[in-house]
Amino acid sequence: MTDATSTPPGGGARTKSSLMTLDNRVRRRNAAEARFRAYGIAAVTVGLIFLALLLFAIVRNGVPAFTQTFMTIPVELKADKLDKNGNRDIEEIKKVSTFGYKPLIIDAMSRTLADNGIESPFAKDKDLEKMVSASASAQIRDFVIANPGRIGETVDFRVLASSRVDGYMKGRVAREDLARDKNLDAEHLDVTDALNEAGVLKREFNWAFILGADASESRPEQAGIGVSMLGSFFMMLVVLGLALPIGVAASIYLEEFAPKNRWTDLIEVNISNLAAVPSIVFGILGLAVFIQFAHLPQSAPLVGGLVLTLMTLPTIIISTRASLKAVPPSIRDAALGVGASKMQSVFHHVLPLAMPGILTGTIIGLAQALGETAPLLLIGMVGYIASNYPDGIASGFLDPNSAMPAQIYEWAKRADPAYYERAWGGIIILLLFLMTMNIIAIILRRRFERRW
Amino acid sequence: MPALWLLCIVLAIAVIGFFLGRARAMASAQGDARHLHSLPGYYGYNTALTVLVPALGVMIAWLILQPMLIQNAVSDAIPGTAYADTGALNLIMSDVRRVADGLDLAIAQGAMTPDAATALSTETTNIRETLAQVGVALGSDVEPYVLSAAQDYRRLNGIGHLAMTVIVLALAIGGFAFAYLRTNKDFRARNVVEKGVLAMLIFAASIAIMTTIGIVLSLVFNTVEFFKLYPWTEFFFGLTWAPSFGGGSELGIIPLFWGTFYISIIALAVAVPVGLFAAIYLSEYATPAVRAFAKPMLEVLAGIPTIVYGLFALLTVGPALVTVFGPDATGWMGGSRAVITAGLVMGIMLIPFVSSLSDDIINSVPQAMRDGSLGLGATKSETIKQVVMPAALPGIVGAILLAASRAIGETMIVVLGAGAAARLSMNPFEAMTTVTAKIVSQLTGDADFASPEALVAFALGMTLFVITLGLNVFALWIVRKYREQYE
Repeated sequence: MTDATSTPPGGGARTKSSLMTLDNRVRRRNAAEARFRAYGIAAVTVGLIFLALLLFAIVRNGVPAFTQTFMTIPVELKADKLDKNGNRDIEEIKKVSTFGYKPLIIDAMSRTLADNGIESPFAKDKDLEKMVSASASAQIRDFVIANPGRIGETVDFRVLASSRVDGYMKGRVAREDLARDKNLDAEHLDVTDALNEAGVLKREFNWAFILGADASESRPEQAGIGVSMLGSFFMMLVVLGLALPIGVAASIYLEEFAPKNRWTDLIEVNISNLAAVPSIVFGILGLAVFIQFAHLPQSAPLVGGLVLTLMTLPTIIISTRASLKAVPPSIRDAALGVGASKMQSVFHHVLPLAMPGILTGTIIGLAQALGETAPLLLIGMVGYIASNYPDGIASGFLDPNSAMPAQIYEWAKRADPAYYERAWGGIIILLLFLMTMNIIAIILRRRFERRW
Repeated sequence: MPALWLLCIVLAIAVIGFFLGRARAMASAQGDARHLHSLPGYYGYNTALTVLVPALGVMIAWLILQPMLIQNAVSDAIPGTAYADTGALNLIMSDVRRVADGLDLAIAQGAMTPDAATALSTETTNIRETLAQVGVALGSDVEPYVLSAAQDYRRLNGIGHLAMTVIVLALAIGGFAFAYLRTNKDFRARNVVEKGVLAMLIFAASIAIMTTIGIVLSLVFNTVEFFKLYPWTEFFFGLTWAPSFGGGSELGIIPLFWGTFYISIIALAVAVPVGLFAAIYLSEYATPAVRAFAKPMLEVLAGIPTIVYGLFALLTVGPALVTVFGPDATGWMGGSRAVITAGLVMGIMLIPFVSSLSDDIINSVPQAMRDGSLGLGATKSETIKQVVMPAALPGIVGAILLAASRAIGETMIVVLGAGAAARLSMNPFEAMTTVTAKIVSQLTGDADFASPEALVAFALGMTLFVITLGLNVFALWIVRKYREQYE
């Protein structure tokens, strides 16, 4: 460029050059060009590699959470332990706590070993108990209370193996790890191998992870994400029910009716700034206004939904305004021309034409709200809900609950590494929801979007 | 649930009102819609809206205000000797509510008659046992003043609910009568309905303003409260962050600021070069096929929730960095939670943010400028470096500032990936903490809201809000200024 006049003016010694042969300077410039291009390719590749790594980590760590190791053991429901007086009185049977069922499970385990010809490496059979999940005794107790008539029989139960046994079956727990682990010994793993060969242990698809409730710190094998999914669902209902109508109404006003003055300028600046306020600040707002000031219940999906509504409102308003703006003025003019009022032209013509765009924006806003965690932590949407599903619509909104991302956060904080697997599995479910929502949005856009 | 029933009744009145209002208008026009001022439906909408808007407005306001008023009335009745500070009062009030709810539950389950519940006294019945039978567990035995407060609470609640039902129904029926009697063929129903709808639209648009006001007020009040308990000079200039819930905390913001700043710098150092070069490549070099594949793929990174990045930092990136820099290798890194872990992952999160904003801005540089430069013999990269970039620079700076404000406000990645210790150190392999992470930890503990250890979170939130707001306003101003240049 500027060095185009590099040959001294007036000098007779013109170097002979041709466009066909590259001189050094052109070569240098071409190299710079190639380098620059390579930087660009490298940047895009790095971005894509990060994405691939992230997805690979999620799938590799999360997929095992969907299967679980079960074992089938024959439990003798001994009458002298469960119903001492022998009168099958349901109240008396209920008095035997889950602790009273432990010996039955230990017996069942040693019998299983004997049946399959496996020699127990333990001096006491009691040590076998560690292989079965703590949830087994509750499971058997529930069965006995539901069928008191079967006391005295031997019933086959399909119980969860403990999380360490499960981890060993999935390759998460290695033999070397057990030296520091008081929950399981190397002998247990020998028994596990033998039982696995005998076909007593089976790894099966675990619906309880998708549909079940959270479990206590010591039994990760039992924990599921189902209840927090309900919590997220109720929150999304609140967000949809409030953010869509309010967002659409606000956009219609700002786009179609608002006069250009200070007040509407203020609202517009406000909305674009609200869209960039960190989400945790909305959590502080929710805590101060809804919980401290208005005394709404903590951990309730209603409050979570209100906070997320305020958070997604700017997103929805911005996208709704864009799709209202995309409807050409000729539509409005035509409606006004045949005698419609301004309001009629908007509600009868502009709004229906803008609807696909509005719905797309709303779905994307909802997806954003579904994945949001930080504000939920502040308003306590991390309720530990081990069993109770909401019994009515109103209690679904007002009873304490958790939400999917908050549940994942809780699992990630727990000490037992078996919970990490649950957290990754939870992420897979969360991402599946987000993916579905985004695909619906894309389809809506492809199918109904009109170019004027 | 009575409120739900009330809502249904009001809705039913509105629906009936719609049909009756329309029928009356049609009747006054002798069944010929041409004699009406507005379309028949508008007369119906007018009646329905006159029923709904005041009744539902009062109902919502009532449902929000009643618990607050009753709370105040009842807490006045608790003797001042029973509690030392507001925290203890809150505990007593939650006991009161639980007893009151328990009594209601007992009546609903038939364990008690309403009269027996009102006549209860702590001397004759063991209330804790009685309530335990209906499934309400109380932490301690019920004090007489708690029971009397609970009885007050139930009585006021009953009165409140009754009054609300009466007033809301009266408003609904009154509204119906008013609109119905006004309906005749000359009534300008469309104009009235449209005015009402416009008012609702304006109300919806002001919710954004109200949110901002709500944020500012909730931050300001609690921050002022905090500075009454803790000197502001020590908060802004203190070099140690050591909250202890027993009192005597040192709450200096500087270590938190430093952590936030350090992590954001690392994040931007990852995101800006990668995002910017990706944007340049995609907008200037890439073939349409590559662009159609790579751009949405990069944007997938932006759609992934931050909790996922947090887990990725905690469980994948952290351990991977430890194997490279940890005790077994170079020995620089102690644990997987460190500034570099959080910064790196946050950088990944910000890549699509930088790249798609810069992409938009590069695309809006007029083609004529590129053509001019190429026509003079410049190579493509020279054109980009010497023509496109200078023209797009203000916009790109705006985009980077927006990304920086994102990084400062990001919570989940730092909560999971950066650690909990507040430190002033230059070593990126050490654990540090940020403003957002401390807001979470100060407000999710069991601290009572009146202590400086909990209130400090509001002061932190205020600082965060002011900084990110400043960055955003500045960045949006730059971007807008730049856009105008080429429009």
